[in-house]
Amino acid sequence: MSLPSVSRAERRTDAPAGTGGPLGLVFLLALALLAGSVVVSVALGQSDLSVREVWTVATERLGLGWLRIDLFGLHGAEGLTELRANLVWEMRLPRVLTAALVGGGLAVVGAVMQTLTRNPMADPYLLGISSGASLGAVAVIVAGLSLGSLGVAGGAFLGALGAFVLVLALGQRSGRLTPTRMILAGVAVGAFASAVTSFLIIWVADPHATQEAQFWLSGSLASARLPTVYTMAAAVLVGLLVCGFAARGLNAFAFGEDTAASLGIDVQRVRWVLLVVCALVTGVLVAGSGTIGFVGLLIPHAVRALVGPDHRRVLPLSALVGAVFLIWVDVVARIAFEPRDLPVGIMTAMLGVPVFLWILRRKVDR
Amino acid sequence: MTHLAEGESLTAADVSWSVDGQHILAGVDVQVPTGSFTGLLGPNGSGKSTLLRGLARLGKLDEGVVHIGSDNVHRLPRRALARRLALVEQNSATDIDLRVLDVVLLGRTPHRAALQADSATDRAIAVHQLERVDLAHLAHRRWSTLSGGEQQRVHLARAMTQEPSLLVLDEPTNHLDVGHALQLLAMVQHSGLTVLAALHDLNLAAAFCDHLVVLHQGRVAASGPPEQVFTADLLAEVYGVEADVDLHPRTGRPHLWFHPPMVPH
Repeated sequence: MSLPSVSRAERRTDAPAGTGGPLGLVFLLALALLAGSVVVSVALGQSDLSVREVWTVATERLGLGWLRIDLFGLHGAEGLTELRANLVWEMRLPRVLTAALVGGGLAVVGAVMQTLTRNPMADPYLLGISSGASLGAVAVIVAGLSLGSLGVAGGAFLGALGAFVLVLALGQRSGRLTPTRMILAGVAVGAFASAVTSFLIIWVADPHATQEAQFWLSGSLASARLPTVYTMAAAVLVGLLVCGFAARGLNAFAFGEDTAASLGIDVQRVRWVLLVVCALVTGVLVAGSGTIGFVGLLIPHAVRALVGPDHRRVLPLSALVGAVFLIWVDVVARIAFEPRDLPVGIMTAMLGVPVFLWILRRKVDR
Repeated sequence: MTHLAEGESLTAADVSWSVDGQHILAGVDVQVPTGSFTGLLGPNGSGKSTLLRGLARLGKLDEGVVHIGSDNVHRLPRRALARRLALVEQNSATDIDLRVLDVVLLGRTPHRAALQADSATDRAIAVHQLERVDLAHLAHRRWSTLSGGEQQRVHLARAMTQEPSLLVLDEPTNHLDVGHALQLLAMVQHSGLTVLAALHDLNLAAAFCDHLVVLHQGRVAASGPPEQVFTADLLAEVYGVEADVDLHPRTGRPHLWFHPPMVPH
């Protein structure tokens, strides 16, 4: 070409973080970090367990005991009582797995929502899902239906679904979804559901119900049990698969829906499928854990700051980082203020925001 | 690259389109011959961008049929269409912190399955197209650090990376300095592709296009080779300007001399 060209040496300067780098290694590291976090965090808590005990219980309950998987010489623990084994399997492990699923699931959904709406402030709760879930959960609590935590979760899920369907109905125009309409409909439905929720709490004026509602609204993993873990795992797995297949297409949304369409993406179909899947995943997660803020909003931004905006990296890494993040935040929520078990939703922002600001600053300075 | 560029024709018959109740296009017929560089002309608001969007299937026409080669554009699978027709719009902005090469690689989207990684070939094609728009040295720069003209040229490289047979450009030179404008038009002229470009600079259109379509108030006011289309009467009717049509001393193509209008005081 006839116009001035810059020397080749200059080409590699300011090379993108992550591209061409040993990304497989990053994934493996994150995966190992997640596995390690699960095992170690199960051992941490009000009554001390050893990592050796956790490992033994986990392998035996999974029917792998006969294999005698003796990783790191951990297998076989002295004096492991049935009580302690149950503590691992029935209480701690479900709670840690729930933290991982909720953290990973919300982070992926948040990343997808931010792209679909072209709005960096988007999070999994954007479409009124959390407000709907809160209304459903609080309705069950104040109605005094003695259905236990499963009833509250059921109410939350129905509330989330109801709010989402309402938002879609208001946000579409002859079958087409536009981000602005969706966001406005979500804000409107959310505000309405929140108002009704507050009204219910005040109207009932039962201190016990109020406290229970407050606790649920703050987002907590304390009531995590194995059956909900299976449901959440199924939902998150489906969500990851669907979003994973859409990752390349989501990159094409960078310059808006017209450019995406001219690159061969069926914009409306992608939007509908991803929104419905994201809403179902969020609904299942919120039903089991309440509204846990920050994770879905900021983890994707933190991951992008580290590896760039390509969804083929951002989505899987958001899942892993979100999972590890929420596991450790919940560990802090569990043991830092013993014997009080703080709602994890309070801790996510208190611990996460400083970390996020640090990453953001580092990113801007670079 | 080993890829041999080949053009396909584009024909639009009786296209009508209204957006939000406003009639933008009414009964427009357009012929873009195979391998031609067709210029789409017309004053502001004459419907050029809307027509290009309709031809590229960004929306559903009220009436009319568009064919690329012998296939109906609105019946092709979107991915298949994106491998044959590439569009560069006027304002394509992003807040996302992309690198230039990432933007160009988006052009490979219609060629790769969902879970397929970008191959060495994909990268080679992208780098080659960046070289053609004279921006290979910026491959690793952040998108946000580029000038408007550079961004426009990157978008062209992205469109070329789709390896289409038909290139649809909406005012591809509006941010470019005269050197890069001439260079870009010469590049697409010699690309071997069929090109349909909305242009504002009539002399650039006269210099490069072998076929012109003039839109006026949503209808085709004239079409044909530049020497037939550019007449003093047409320029007065469509643009409301007084002009003499002359021949360029070096190229022999039509050249327009505009007269400054009388400004009423």
